[in-house]
Amino acid sequence: MLLIECPWCGPRAETEFSYGGEAGITRPKDPDALSDAEWAEYLFYRSNPRGAHRELWNHAHGCRRWFGVERDTVSYRITGSFTLNSSTRGERNVPTPSFRAERSGFAESPSDGKAGNTERGD
Amino acid sequence: MRAVQTLQCFAFYRLRRPGLAPHRGSGGSTPLNVKKYSAYSLLRNALSHNRNWRAAWRSPEPKKSYDAIVVGGGGHGLATAYYLAKNHGMRNVAVLEKGWIGGGNTGRNTTIVRSNYLWTEAALLYEKSMQLWEGLSQDLNYNVMFSQRGVYNLGHSLQDMRDIERRVNANRLNGIDAEVVGATELAKAIPCLNVSPDSRYPVLGASLQRRGGVARHDAVAWGFARAADALGVDIVEQCAVTGIDVKDGKAVGVQTTRGPIASDRIGVVVAGHAGVLAEMAGLRLPIESHPLQAFVSEPIKPVLDTVVMSGAVHGYISQSDKGELVIGAGIDAYNGYGQRGSFPVIEHAMQAIIELFPMFSRVRMLRLWGGIVDVAPDACPILSKTSVEGLYFNCGWGTGGFKATPGSGWVFAHTMAHDEAHELNAPFSLERFATGALVDEHGAAAVAH
Repeated sequence: MLLIECPWCGPRAETEFSYGGEAGITRPKDPDALSDAEWAEYLFYRSNPRGAHRELWNHAHGCRRWFGVERDTVSYRITGSFTLNSSTRGERNVPTPSFRAERSGFAESPSDGKAGNTERGD
Repeated sequence: MRAVQTLQCFAFYRLRRPGLAPHRGSGGSTPLNVKKYSAYSLLRNALSHNRNWRAAWRSPEPKKSYDAIVVGGGGHGLATAYYLAKNHGMRNVAVLEKGWIGGGNTGRNTTIVRSNYLWTEAALLYEKSMQLWEGLSQDLNYNVMFSQRGVYNLGHSLQDMRDIERRVNANRLNGIDAEVVGATELAKAIPCLNVSPDSRYPVLGASLQRRGGVARHDAVAWGFARAADALGVDIVEQCAVTGIDVKDGKAVGVQTTRGPIASDRIGVVVAGHAGVLAEMAGLRLPIESHPLQAFVSEPIKPVLDTVVMSGAVHGYISQSDKGELVIGAGIDAYNGYGQRGSFPVIEHAMQAIIELFPMFSRVRMLRLWGGIVDVAPDACPILSKTSVEGLYFNCGWGTGGFKATPGSGWVFAHTMAHDEAHELNAPFSLERFATGALVDEHGAAAVAH
């Protein structure tokens, strides 16, 4: 089961969340100006990469907020979460505890449940 | 005859089991003079303790060029190669398989075959497949153990039952057998099914397709491989495609782990990795890949002689000839290429099965596996030409591709041979996503996709 880090509530079990697909898809400002192919691109075409994937999750059984997660689609390893507010959209990364520990050279340790609180978005 | 074929199948299984004696060696590029399987060959080989069966297909070195290449040696890819050779006279064909035949999703599914789809486009495509299934063992001279034991799709609410009646009527208008079955009749047909009105999701009735059933999945892969090989198709295992060569908008060949191979007709039939292959040719597909899980229980005595599916509680189940309960789960919601799924999905499927069959609560699960399925936005396949000339994609079968194996190969071979879709797969082109003419089976199909 995935351990997903909500930027507001910290790491929680996958079952608390619902998946929202690829992140960074913005609705075109003027759909009437698009060709059918361009509209199809917005509606149906996704990058579906084998590897790093930025995706949307909703903390449905928690704070019910949407946020972004960076996850590898082969190893399923989550490397961080980010908030979606306009000033920091897609930029602010909340690395997961294990990822943070690895970066700073410490061995991976079980999460204390508080991680994520220190670098809140918003 | 059936018993003989079953025996033959098991004798053969011992030969082909991965990890046992390698089956390379026959080499050469001329097709073997394939001996027809028969009661006589079974008897003759029994006298020599089954030591002299020939390999069912050659393991040739790939040639420098082919008239057509099929990327992906799953059921659909092998069927495509077989029908290219059989129906369209194209015998200089290679099937390139990254792993081994029968080692992918073809050998990891719940083997259900049915054609009771709501929309006419889908119904006709799956019905074509059903008709091919009905003669497949004879056609391939290989027992695929197709067993038309019926498929029940349960309804748990008034709306479910209305949808079932609508779908049954639509099926019958398309000439597909279908009937509505009430709870009393269901209880009689499937005694171990819980039809108590007190259950959380009471069973109110079902649709029944009597011609539906199951087939032995790896026999389907092996049977198509053997039959294609007999017609001259080169089946090249352990050969991963690493690049697709495109020149002036035309496909000219592929790069593989066993060297470059030239061809101006390339059909890609790689299920979950369709997007990865598309990227090699600079294309994008409206496909997302998800893990899908299935499992089998320990073998138990015969208890379930049909197939039961429920879209509402989302589980489907049948019993294999070995006695194992074969159970299918849903996909993981998130994208994944990891060939494993998450535990909550397993738990969810188990809840569904125990809800329907309380007596299975103490049956232990033996094996589980996950495969990567390619899901299109409308849960219908893409069998299509692309913007690259000579490059064709057969993908998007999502969670329900096994039932379509022969039909998919049949229409895709036509598409590759004539550079034009057959009327059965014309509605399943890539263009439908731009024109909006989707075949939206997502909410309509008998089971949640």
